[in-house]
Amino acid sequence: MPGITREEVAHLGRLARLELSGDELDHFAGQLDDIIGAVARVSEVAGEDVPPTSHPLPLTNVMRPDTVRPSLTPQQALSGAPAQEQQRFKVPQILGED
Amino acid sequence: MTVTDLLSYEDALASFDPVMGLEVHVELGTRTKMFCGCSTELGAEPNSQTCPTCLGLPGSLPVVNAVGVESAIKIGLALNCEIAEWCRFARKNYFYPDMPKNFQTSQYDEPIAYNGYLDVQLEDGEVFRVQIERAHMEEDTGKSTHVGGATGRIHGASHSLLDYNRAGIPLIEIVTKPIEGAGERAPEVARAYVAELRELIKALGVSEARMEMGQMRCDVNLSLRPHGRSTFGTRSETKNVNSLRSVERAARFEIQRHAAVLTSGGTIVQETRHFHEEDGSTTSGRIKEEAEDYRYFPEPDLVPVAPAREWVEELRGGLPELPRLRRKRLQEEWGIADHEMQSVLNAGALDLILATMAEGADAASARKWWMGELARHANETGAELSAVPITPAQVARVAALVAAGDLNDKLARQVIEGVLAGEGEPDQVVDKRGLKVVSDDSALGAAVDDAIAANAAIAGKIRGGNLAAAGALIGAVMKATRGQADAKRVRELVLEKLGVQG
Repeated sequence: MPGITREEVAHLGRLARLELSGDELDHFAGQLDDIIGAVARVSEVAGEDVPPTSHPLPLTNVMRPDTVRPSLTPQQALSGAPAQEQQRFKVPQILGED
Repeated sequence: MTVTDLLSYEDALASFDPVMGLEVHVELGTRTKMFCGCSTELGAEPNSQTCPTCLGLPGSLPVVNAVGVESAIKIGLALNCEIAEWCRFARKNYFYPDMPKNFQTSQYDEPIAYNGYLDVQLEDGEVFRVQIERAHMEEDTGKSTHVGGATGRIHGASHSLLDYNRAGIPLIEIVTKPIEGAGERAPEVARAYVAELRELIKALGVSEARMEMGQMRCDVNLSLRPHGRSTFGTRSETKNVNSLRSVERAARFEIQRHAAVLTSGGTIVQETRHFHEEDGSTTSGRIKEEAEDYRYFPEPDLVPVAPAREWVEELRGGLPELPRLRRKRLQEEWGIADHEMQSVLNAGALDLILATMAEGADAASARKWWMGELARHANETGAELSAVPITPAQVARVAALVAAGDLNDKLARQVIEGVLAGEGEPDQVVDKRGLKVVSDDSALGAAVDDAIAANAAIAGKIRGGNLAAAGALIGAVMKATRGQADAKRVRELVLEKLGVQG
């Protein structure tokens, strides 16, 4: 079982916008390795005849009719926002100058 | 802004073969969002159409909209696709505030529809088959407003404001396979494909597909390769090209830009590019340094969609006549030439003509008014034909007045002018402007007598059997009655008074 590398953890950290220190990279690499190893054991027992499962329940086609239901009020929707302006969610600068 | 080097289109095509891929997003016209019951009504105040599900609040659970799935299947079938027997949604993870969930619910390796094609007809009648890779279900993002920058652009903005009313509105993304072999006609094929797809979507009734409203948006992927090479070159992705004309211009511009870079020994950078409506150019957006890492995984909160074959066949049976075949049928019914039909299509007049016919006009007069007077008005005002302020019912009324002999063409034009000027219904314009054909013999008779008296020489010719000369007298009467006379009746009176058989 190839181990998960420090670089892979750093990459995942970047994708998840997590700032990880060098110690944390080592720490999480070990932990993630254990978790992935444990999950990987499933494929050792699952034969070709066992399809991968993404849902524990044998359900398909759960749909709802195209009927409008009441929404939140804008005030309710914005009540958890750290900042708002003009009845909109206010977010920090997304991109800097070109 | 730096000026982009371009090679002439002819030189570019002499050395290179363009390959395109088109990705079209269509916003469905469902009443509610894809995964929750929030309304999709346009024009609501900001953040008034959200709920815990589309805001991604903890503990909320999405449930897919049945009409959204049905629409996706209809689109897939109309594109000659196979419909998946079983497929799932997937989370596309990314950090950008336009989705409050931090992921977009989409489909990844199990699209609901795949492996299809759409035949599109080019202006000269040639039919080009565009292969379809897939059509999958996903959801739209919220609307960002960038504040503090010079021009409302994201660059240089101090902060951004988000309205999530649009977040979660159903989208179908339709992706072509690489379009090869179009050669110099690649931009035309791109335009014709998007136009045909739009007609198809409208015919299916799943969306109004109005590009100017963002209900249909196109990304144009384009690369060049030297003639004779089978591997693809590096592509650029021009995002959000939002009119048919722009699709064609964007493809053309990118062909010329790529060719200039390649012939000068440079390499094309794989990047997204922004299209500029003002001058038809594109500029560099985000450079893709590494393959995007969206960490797709199956959406655990939604169960798989497994459309029963009976349902799929029922939907297939209910598909409308495909737009291309419908156009062909109408052209035959109307008995008009290819180029006449093409002008009707180019003018966006087909549906308007049909709507006018549904209000009682015959095909020829409906076509005549929309393609004549009204198309001219649209051209002059720079508006879409459908935006000209007259309804098919009003055009049909004008046509009916002409058919009944109450108006001649000249007066009818004035009535239309009045309707366009906001003077009311056709009948009101007729009353207000006093636009009735004068066919009353006593009024006309006097005018005819005057014309004969004033043009003795011409009258003599007519008496002598030169019937063609009657036109001059009819013209004089028409002038005297300011065009309100019934020309046919005037001719009869002229000949009668001069004792000649017509």
